Amino acid sequence: MRIIVALVLWLLPQVLVAQEWQEQQVFGAPETQQKLRIISSTDTFLFAPFVESFVSRYPEISVEYLVSETADIDHIFRNDPGVFDIVISSAMDLQLKIVNDGLAQPVANVAIPPWAQWRQSLFAFTAEPAAILINRKAFAGVSSPQTRQELIEALRARPEVFQGRIGTYDVRQSGVGYLFATQDARASETYWRLMEVMGALDVQLYCCSGEMIDDLSDGTIAVAYNVLASYAAAQVEVKDAIEIILPSDFPTTIMRTAMVSIDAPNPEAAATFIRHLVKVQSDPQQSDYPLPPLNGQGSTRDRATITMGPALMTFLDTLKRRRFLLEWENAVIQN
Amino acid sequence: MTHSLSISGSLRNRLVLTLTGGAAVLALVLFFAIRNYTTQIAQQGQDSILNAAVTSILDAASIRDNIIEVDIPYASFSMLSTQSDDLVFYAIYQDDTFLSGYPELPLTNVTGRASIFQTALYRGETVRLVTAGRVLIGTQKRTQIRVVLAQSQGELADTLRQISRTAALFGAAFFALLVALSYWATSTTIGQLKRLTTSVTRRGPQDLRPFVKPVPTEMAPLVTSLNSLMGRLDHSLSQSEDFIAEAAHRVRTPLATVRSYAEVTLQRVDKEENRQSLRAMIRAIDESSRAAGQLLDHAMITLRSDHLERQDIDLVTLVHEIVLRLTPIAEMKDLELCLHGDSNVAYSGDPVLIQNAVRNLIDNAIKYAPSEGRVDIAISASPRIGISVCDSGHGFPSAEVDTLAVRFKRGTNADGTVGSGLGLTIAIDVAKAHGGDLVLSNRPEGGACALLLL
Amino acid sequence: MKFLLVEDNLELANAITSRMRLDGHVVEHAENLADATAFTLTSEFDLILLDIMLPDGDGRTFLKEHRASRLDTPVIILTARSQVSDRIGSLDLGADDYITKPFDHAELGARCRAVLRRKAGTSQSVIEVGGIVFDAVAGKMAVRGKPVTLRNRELRLLELLLNARGQVFSKQKLSDRLFSYDEDVSENAIEVYIGRLRKHLEPSDLSITTLRGLGYRLDHDA
Repeated sequence: MRIIVALVLWLLPQVLVAQEWQEQQVFGAPETQQKLRIISSTDTFLFAPFVESFVSRYPEISVEYLVSETADIDHIFRNDPGVFDIVISSAMDLQLKIVNDGLAQPVANVAIPPWAQWRQSLFAFTAEPAAILINRKAFAGVSSPQTRQELIEALRARPEVFQGRIGTYDVRQSGVGYLFATQDARASETYWRLMEVMGALDVQLYCCSGEMIDDLSDGTIAVAYNVLASYAAAQVEVKDAIEIILPSDFPTTIMRTAMVSIDAPNPEAAATFIRHLVKVQSDPQQSDYPLPPLNGQGSTRDRATITMGPALMTFLDTLKRRRFLLEWENAVIQN
Repeated sequence: MTHSLSISGSLRNRLVLTLTGGAAVLALVLFFAIRNYTTQIAQQGQDSILNAAVTSILDAASIRDNIIEVDIPYASFSMLSTQSDDLVFYAIYQDDTFLSGYPELPLTNVTGRASIFQTALYRGETVRLVTAGRVLIGTQKRTQIRVVLAQSQGELADTLRQISRTAALFGAAFFALLVALSYWATSTTIGQLKRLTTSVTRRGPQDLRPFVKPVPTEMAPLVTSLNSLMGRLDHSLSQSEDFIAEAAHRVRTPLATVRSYAEVTLQRVDKEENRQSLRAMIRAIDESSRAAGQLLDHAMITLRSDHLERQDIDLVTLVHEIVLRLTPIAEMKDLELCLHGDSNVAYSGDPVLIQNAVRNLIDNAIKYAPSEGRVDIAISASPRIGISVCDSGHGFPSAEVDTLAVRFKRGTNADGTVGSGLGLTIAIDVAKAHGGDLVLSNRPEGGACALLLL
Repeated sequence: MKFLLVEDNLELANAITSRMRLDGHVVEHAENLADATAFTLTSEFDLILLDIMLPDGDGRTFLKEHRASRLDTPVIILTARSQVSDRIGSLDLGADDYITKPFDHAELGARCRAVLRRKAGTSQSVIEVGGIVFDAVAGKMAVRGKPVTLRNRELRLLELLLNARGQVFSKQKLSDRLFSYDEDVSENAIEVYIGRLRKHLEPSDLSITTLRGLGYRLDHDA
């Protein structure tokens, strides 16, 4: 038995090394006793200020921060929950299912409202609306669309401008993209019409919001649909080129969530991290960190964040997902 | 006369203990009954939601191009969200082939659309399982879709905790109420006993009338035996009164014989020595008969005083009768009995007692007044109703006039003053029984005065 | 005077009878109610002395029947019971007076006189001798036709002397009859009463002789 454990311990770093990460960074002194390993969908530049303040406040803890796409995180974590202490993702549905499947452990004494947590295991720490991003140049002289319907009309009005210049998540790859799509579809049929219009205009599919914003800011694409506004808002250098529109017909607001792995190697340090994270992010006035707070501006409770509950698992059902993707492909991929 | 009772437990404690014990049992029964009942209801609540969810999932199943599609409605899982964030598991099978969900969930055979409920342990959680099926008929085949839906029971446990708290509160309140009730009931029951005790205690020593106030059925035997005991006591008391009367009769008759013979003999004997003896004999006879009479009178008076029977009487008429009766005796000493005062004084009292008191006072006056003197008897209505008897003798010894009354009031008149002393005692007792007093004084012109205030 | 004594105790009856005869009375004795009724039907009495507890009935029953038959002979009850308990009952039933055993014969005499005085006023036993008329019951005397008021003790002394004229009474004997036994009486008290009587009798033919060392005697001078 001991030999097996030793073998596993020896092999673990090899596994990690084998994994390709979008980003990977260690915060704090490397020689600390407690090393937190966080797997996250949030780009390092958005999260680094918080982690840095955390390790300076808790110098006995160092943090290894690993970034991946939401759907990948789900796979990686489910394959080996004992390797990670904390899972952070904007794909609420995947996160909730991890908790439902018993792969997270509860954290006591987290000061958080009931609607922002599930089973004291899954903790929301941001409220972020999905936004329509437009390239200001592409809409120069034209009023920017404020609703999905207006976007449809704008796209139809100038197909020559938007042909091949619209971007959205590839919901087959992106976990958070799938969440946005299913929530949109649930809310309104407009979504499908928009997808058909976008499909007809040869929509570009992205895995991740970062690339989408890059392409949008340099004018490769003119419109990006369902992008987390926080990413755009955080990138000061692109602000002038991009307009962020929160559709006024119905908002789709997700909450970024964190949880502690059931097999976390450092559960106490992980709990400390969660408590600190929630405490900092629960202050609606906080402005020290780039991530929007749980109850921050433009994301009040009225904006209807997606409810954390078992219903989130509905679209994760194999049959349901299969059917949804089929419909989506039918709408989006038309050539 | 106080005998130490052997006391075995307390009726009140026994009652309180029994009732409180009963109350505790009842409260516990109530607690469990409420909890079980509401648990059932809560479980039924969870079951019906599960059933609705599983039904809505089954309803979303369809066959399209021979492919099974189950488009789980968002509401199916949405309706399963609870305050306690309960876990939800499900599994969808086509016939025996697993389609989606959690393959480890236990699958039960179902026929028709009846749902089957089970409670099972899944992934370390107690879950409530519902299994339901539906037959789909496609173009080529018929197939059965089965859905297993499971929900953890955190909400139910919370509800149960709440219910238990409420039920416990109810039970405690019920218990408190029962204890208060039992205390009240006990007090009421004991109160009846206490009232009886009080009415027994309040009675005078001679009051042996039966209890006639209504008592509860359960106390009837006690009161009946108490009444019969008092009846026997009363009977034996009156028997002893008869005995005293009979004894007096037996003693007085021979005394009368002896006295008469002594008088006859005294007339016939000349020798002074013998005459002295005979006179002493007669005096002794008189003394003893008088003492016996007064003792008996005193006993009677004590008895009557204990429950005074007041009648409306005219004191003047009453005293006049006594004066008439005593006149022959007074005449023997050539004494004059003078009745003064109002012609008519109405009073409510016991005539027998007052007669006795007044007769004793006049008797004393006759005894101490000198021959050919007078005894003044006055009846006054105001300022206070009173009867005064004054003689023209030497009066009370001045040293004793103040202490006499006190001495008799205390009843320490055992120092040989049987004759007149008991007479005064009787007068004092009668006065007290009527709420009055006896005032003794000496007249300035000489002579003793006794004022019976009523 | 003529008495009917109804008393079942023979000894007591004998004693009372002897004592009353000393005073010069005629006494008939009945042992029970039947005899008593027989006596009242055949002879007349000045007064009936009635015991209450009798072998053939209660004295009060006799009293009731006696009154019902319209005989108005006065009745004095002899009782051995308590004064309180028997008194009212016997008086209500029509007895004229009662006396408790044992009794002083002087008191009995006084009560008899009182009763008779109340009843009729006159009596058969009026003595007329030596110029005086003496009615012991009414307590009246007239000397040579002139009424004289006598005190009770003077009256009893005169009655005593008149009933035994010529007999010598020692001072002691007289004192025993006039005073009650618990009175301390000096010998010259008798002399006072003798003196008073002598004064009343002066106009008559009667005189009281002093026999030195022996006593007194009533003499008829005629």
